[in-house]
Amino acid sequence: MGVTGNPTSINQGTRTKGGIGESTLRPDGILKVTGEFAYSSDMWHEDMLWGHTLRSTVAHAEIVSIDTSEALATSGVYAVLTYDDLPTSVKNYGLEIQDTPVLAHGKVRHHGEPVALVAADHPETARRAAAKIKIDYRELPVITDEASATAPDAILVHEGRGDHHAGHVPHPNIVHRQPIVRGDADAAAARADVIVSGEYVFGMQDQAFLGPESGLAVPAEDGGVDLYVATQWLHSDLRQIAPVLGLPEDKVRMTLSGVGGAFGGREDLSMQIHACLLALRTGKPVKIVYNRFESFFGHVHRHPAKLWYEHGATRDGKLTHMKCRIVLDGGAYASASPAVVGNASSLSVGPYVIDDVDIEAIALYTNNPPCGAMRGFGAVQACFAYEAQMDKLAAELSMDPVEFRQLNAMEQGTLLPTGQVVDSPAPVAELLRRVKARPLPPERQWEVAGEPADVRALPGGLSNTTHGEGVVRGIGYAVGLKNVGFSEGFDDYSTARVRMEVIGGEPVATVHTAMAEVGQGGVTVHAQIARTELGVAQVTIRPADTQVGSAGSTSASRQTYVTGGAVKHSCEAVREKVLEMGRRKFGTYHPAWATAELLLEGGKVVTDGGEVLADLVDVLEDEAVDIELEWRHRPTEAFDLRTGQGNGHVQYSFAAHRAVVEVDTELGLVKVIELACAQDVGKALNPLSVEGQIQGGTTQGLGVAVMEEILVDPKTAKVRNPSFTDYLIPTILDTPTIPVDVLELADDHAPYGLRGIGEAPTLSSTPAVLAAIRNATGLELNRTPVRPEHITGT
Amino acid sequence: MDFLRPARWEEALAAKAEHPTAVPIAGGTDVMVEINFDHRRPEYLLDLNRIGELSEWEVGQENVRLGACVPYSHIMEHLRAELPGLALASHTVASPQIRNRGGVGGNLGTASPAGDAHPALLAAGAEVEAESVRGTRMIPIDAFYTGVKRNALAPDELIRAVHIKKADGPQQYSKVGTRNAMVIAVCAFGLALHPETRTVRTGIGSAAPTPVRAKEAEEFLNAALEEGGFWDSRTIITPSIAKQFADLAAGACNPIDDVRGTASYRRHAVGIMARRTLGWTWESYRGNGRSTEGAA
Repeated sequence: MGVTGNPTSINQGTRTKGGIGESTLRPDGILKVTGEFAYSSDMWHEDMLWGHTLRSTVAHAEIVSIDTSEALATSGVYAVLTYDDLPTSVKNYGLEIQDTPVLAHGKVRHHGEPVALVAADHPETARRAAAKIKIDYRELPVITDEASATAPDAILVHEGRGDHHAGHVPHPNIVHRQPIVRGDADAAAARADVIVSGEYVFGMQDQAFLGPESGLAVPAEDGGVDLYVATQWLHSDLRQIAPVLGLPEDKVRMTLSGVGGAFGGREDLSMQIHACLLALRTGKPVKIVYNRFESFFGHVHRHPAKLWYEHGATRDGKLTHMKCRIVLDGGAYASASPAVVGNASSLSVGPYVIDDVDIEAIALYTNNPPCGAMRGFGAVQACFAYEAQMDKLAAELSMDPVEFRQLNAMEQGTLLPTGQVVDSPAPVAELLRRVKARPLPPERQWEVAGEPADVRALPGGLSNTTHGEGVVRGIGYAVGLKNVGFSEGFDDYSTARVRMEVIGGEPVATVHTAMAEVGQGGVTVHAQIARTELGVAQVTIRPADTQVGSAGSTSASRQTYVTGGAVKHSCEAVREKVLEMGRRKFGTYHPAWATAELLLEGGKVVTDGGEVLADLVDVLEDEAVDIELEWRHRPTEAFDLRTGQGNGHVQYSFAAHRAVVEVDTELGLVKVIELACAQDVGKALNPLSVEGQIQGGTTQGLGVAVMEEILVDPKTAKVRNPSFTDYLIPTILDTPTIPVDVLELADDHAPYGLRGIGEAPTLSSTPAVLAAIRNATGLELNRTPVRPEHITGT
Repeated sequence: MDFLRPARWEEALAAKAEHPTAVPIAGGTDVMVEINFDHRRPEYLLDLNRIGELSEWEVGQENVRLGACVPYSHIMEHLRAELPGLALASHTVASPQIRNRGGVGGNLGTASPAGDAHPALLAAGAEVEAESVRGTRMIPIDAFYTGVKRNALAPDELIRAVHIKKADGPQQYSKVGTRNAMVIAVCAFGLALHPETRTVRTGIGSAAPTPVRAKEAEEFLNAALEEGGFWDSRTIITPSIAKQFADLAAGACNPIDDVRGTASYRRHAVGIMARRTLGWTWESYRGNGRSTEGAA
């Protein structure tokens, strides 16, 4: 094939048992730590060209003219493409609403929108040629918030909307609106002894994955294209790419290349169509790699949000009602905004029992950067606000904040505002009890007898800003509610192909799915499932590609549940087939073949009593069993557009945090000392991976509590800090000890009883840190991330 | 872009004389970032890495002569006693990898107001050894920074070394950033006690168009310490004096609002750092150093 750096099969052969519940090690772990793992940006092909994307320098403008002549005349340039060069009538793409132009047409709607493409024999040549493209913009006023979006004379970000949300939104600059009404919030408010309200602001977070967008498109002899790319969902990409290229889906063959993190930021397309267009135009392989600066424009971010909440409670601490209004800024294109609205509204109540609610969530179209999927979307923003409200209520009632939460905590059987009953364990009160019961880290850890202050344990760290002066400790708690899997009636299935055969005298299983391994450890878990179900030691995980059916997205905490479920399901089918073969061959030799419950263990067919009936090698001989099946979780329903009623979610996920912080109250600097987490995971298929997910999610939540924010100029809608110099993510000195307490209360509806885990820790981490900073400073702090000047008031 | 690689210092001077637009590069921790982001396209890069002497230092009677390319990690490891302020500043520079590459010569050449070394150099007292084919001159650090990312070097001059006064008393350095490591300064403050001359010197980073000393604050404090007999009595500095010093230091700032912080926060933070670094150095001077010097 001539491609280097593309993925090869991962052989996970091992003599150990390595089934589910064990902390088997990740096959990609050592390679990643030692720098040998091939990421999508490492791919190379003989004779390949380099693609470059020219992006808009303004946020909102009409394109008066584009002159590419000078760029085309540049030596080394093979192609320059604009909107006019798109080959078919399909010129837009999008996850749910196809509103995103492949290349800008007539108008740009946000800073950094792709306008033209260049392919050249060197990346620098491509970049310089792109700089020679002359674009004449006529600038338009920018829409940046709810007021400017819904003003009577507001320019429509998208004119002539024909999408399925257009009919029910109050204004064309609102992507989607989801109210949820249950009970009578006003009447319930009359019963409240205390009412608290607040307006909360959540800043724009970036996924900040370390491997920037990149891929390689290779034109094929049959007129199709082979695309190697780092993404989160191959088949969703395929569905959007093929029509723009004018190719049937079987002529766009996609293979997942090494993914350097995703966190939702790779759900939308980035360079996929662009590279294919250039490859098909030039007849040569084309590689596109964004640099860090471009990456900030190359993917959607977490929706910034304004949230208004009112809660009431009786004197004895029972919640009476909740009203909220959540305004999410979706930016210039819809991306995942409708789903973010669905999650924000349906999870806005948090893990609490409140019978009377009045909820509204909307997402705006603006000229800000497009926002879409990021770990815990919708639920993250809501959790930040409702947890602040819980602390306010507890303070108002002079109650302990944890006891107040426990008094109102949801449990199995709770009826949610959507009318859905929580039908699996919901140990919210227990999770809080566990984090609270943990011993606190010692006070003043920077003091070592007879030694200078250890600044690493202090706010400011090595910057040496305090030796203890002005430092106050604070403690805060939070707990969150997240859905698992795709919701609202989406057909959320996955596919797995499992093959069993004898290779080298040993039974071997091969698992082939299109699941995007983005670092979550799915490849480890699939091998574990195959070992458990098929009793083999050797499992080969094939590279993910579109030669097998869709696995759905690696997002929404769903892959172990859904693709893990599909692997289990296909393994079960393979096992049945193998047992059938065994019965045919050996059934007459032992009555247990007909009467006992049979298992595959240690390479053998055994009875549930442990008696060995046959060796798999003898059962299979030179035959291979090869089965590809789809698997679905329980169906969900859409939310009613007026009342928000409906069994919208598959499963719920819960985590609680206790944050301990030291705040330099004079300089406004924060050191998070410890972020203890307790989470129910149903069943830990790989305990080490579970811990890793919880620690990662916790850290990402910490980031948006104290530093991570994309700053957008409200006057120009331009991004002010598109670099790791000024978009800060936590370093090891910002990352606290994260003790993890894992509960395993099985959900009987899920494979192995497991619960999706990836997102819940991201929810509660942020509000726990904020609560701790409030506890240390006595400040209200209704905005995240907290900046030093918010604490010092300067 | 031409890449000039002189093997000896004299060749470097000749190259710089011939190509005054050539940008010297050593660790590359500033220059390469600028080039990679296409912020600048110098005609010539003048690579100083082959000139070994630039990575050496000499400890003299009065001064340390620090070669322009001595990496920050060496300053931290080897010059803590002689240059405590600069060693503390070096500790706050970026990451270990960057500290192994970058050095003070680059910080001076770039002359960014956010350069971590500047406040420490200003507080300690230093001279920049600038040289061209025309000869050598010593530029006092106070006169070196001439504007935002501008310095007093002539187009044909290169920085060969910086001569920094050996500490004759305690020194401190503080930097505010919005994370606990690997961060560009929102603002920074350096302070050095000079018991031999009974003076205090300061340096402020990232809170004015150039690195500056808080001269009024220094003068006030020098007078107050003298009048109160503090140098001899070694008693605790009266809180009102410390406060006045901090206020004057804050007043020496001329900051801007930017993505990293607001002007008013910078002013406020410089005041806090001035008070704290004065407290720490004075405690050391009084003989209680062990409990107040920041360690890492």
